[in-house]
Amino acid sequence: MTGENKKAARYSLALFAQQLRGGLLDNNPTLVQLLGTCPTLATTTSIDNAIGMGIAATLVLVFSNLFISLLRKLIPPQVRIAAYIVIISGFVSAIELLIKAFLPALDAALGVFIPLIVVNCIILARAEAFASKNRVLPSVVDGLAMGLGFTLALTMLAAIRELLGAGTLLGFPIFGDAIPPALIFIMPPGAFLTLGFIVAAVNKLLAIAERYRKKQLDKTLADEFAEDAALGGGVPPHASELEFVPSGEDEGK
Amino acid sequence: MTEILLIMFTAVLVENFVFTRFLGICPFLGVSEKPDTALGMGFAVVFVMTLASAATNLIYNLILVPFELKYLKTIAFILVIASLVQLIEMFLRKYVPALYGALGIYLPLITTNCAVLGAALLSVESDYNFIKSVAFGFSAAVGFTLAIVIFAGVRERVAVANPPRSFEGIPIALVTAGLIAMAFSGFSSINLGI
Repeated sequence: MTGENKKAARYSLALFAQQLRGGLLDNNPTLVQLLGTCPTLATTTSIDNAIGMGIAATLVLVFSNLFISLLRKLIPPQVRIAAYIVIISGFVSAIELLIKAFLPALDAALGVFIPLIVVNCIILARAEAFASKNRVLPSVVDGLAMGLGFTLALTMLAAIRELLGAGTLLGFPIFGDAIPPALIFIMPPGAFLTLGFIVAAVNKLLAIAERYRKKQLDKTLADEFAEDAALGGGVPPHASELEFVPSGEDEGK
Repeated sequence: MTEILLIMFTAVLVENFVFTRFLGICPFLGVSEKPDTALGMGFAVVFVMTLASAATNLIYNLILVPFELKYLKTIAFILVIASLVQLIEMFLRKYVPALYGALGIYLPLITTNCAVLGAALLSVESDYNFIKSVAFGFSAAVGFTLAIVIFAGVRERVAVANPPRSFEGIPIALVTAGLIAMAFSGFSSINLGI
């Protein structure tokens, strides 16, 4: 076994979990990084559409990351963006034709947003930030993780909108006739409102996680300094006095 | 002529690109902190989208249709738009430096603005001829400008308001956009007979 193969073998478990977690939660492209807002708002009128859009974008992400990573040493840096766009739009066209041929209902529902996957910033962002600098396997996993994160966010948004706006989930009636659905949620304004509230909820969760981490840090610091003090050390500092940049509070600034 | 006016009215108000079609949301959220930068972005989009609609319509009808290459339209359009933006930037820098000074920083951002590609694809989908697709591109961009300027005006007031901490920044902006979209959805009840 060569050194490189060993590295690839060692890659598999811990890093895989870390990347998957990054794409789905910590670094979710839609909810944390707020990339690709157009399809997020437009295709979440029902869960079916959201999952269709998510899978289409995931496929494009996986294949574009795969090929950009394979070609990363051949693409001259000056024209890299143009090269990425050609690769991405090639896969998007292929997916578009496949959906037109085999899933005409999905094609009718998503319409112009299937070809518009080309300009979905998530895909170009992953190509530029990850696939162009990393080996093939991590790049494919990155595409998969980010794509699944996108799908998860879309499905969540769509579930809320479908439940409140049409009173159904996956087409099955939930409330029956007892509670009339609030149509506004499947209309365009509902998309903005629902996404606004979801992003606010995510910010709140991130803030809570951050506070928890800080508390843990405080505790370990206090313990260390207690030990130091026992040996004749100084005053224990508070974690908030240290340089600590909270993640997730600067989005959109 | 009435048909063209109808296309334009629909594209600006009834099917506003931002509030009902969800195209161009990234610059809409990103460059709307102040009304004057929003207006600059809007003008740049009007400029590029009108020219891009003309160029993509010509490419589609003169090259892709005769050679039966319609399935390449996504690739062809994105390349045309990217190189058009580059050309406009070079042309303005050399010959109209005043305009370049005003629009320059917004131009590179427009390549990834899905409104431009969206307008090109939608006008192909609707079988618009050259004049109609230019009118459609122009008025869709005017609708985008209207939306982003209104939104920036509201956001300026929201910036000094005091929302809950987790709503600061983007979430409150999205809620604001939702409320403006509600106002715009009033236009959708106008029956234009098309």
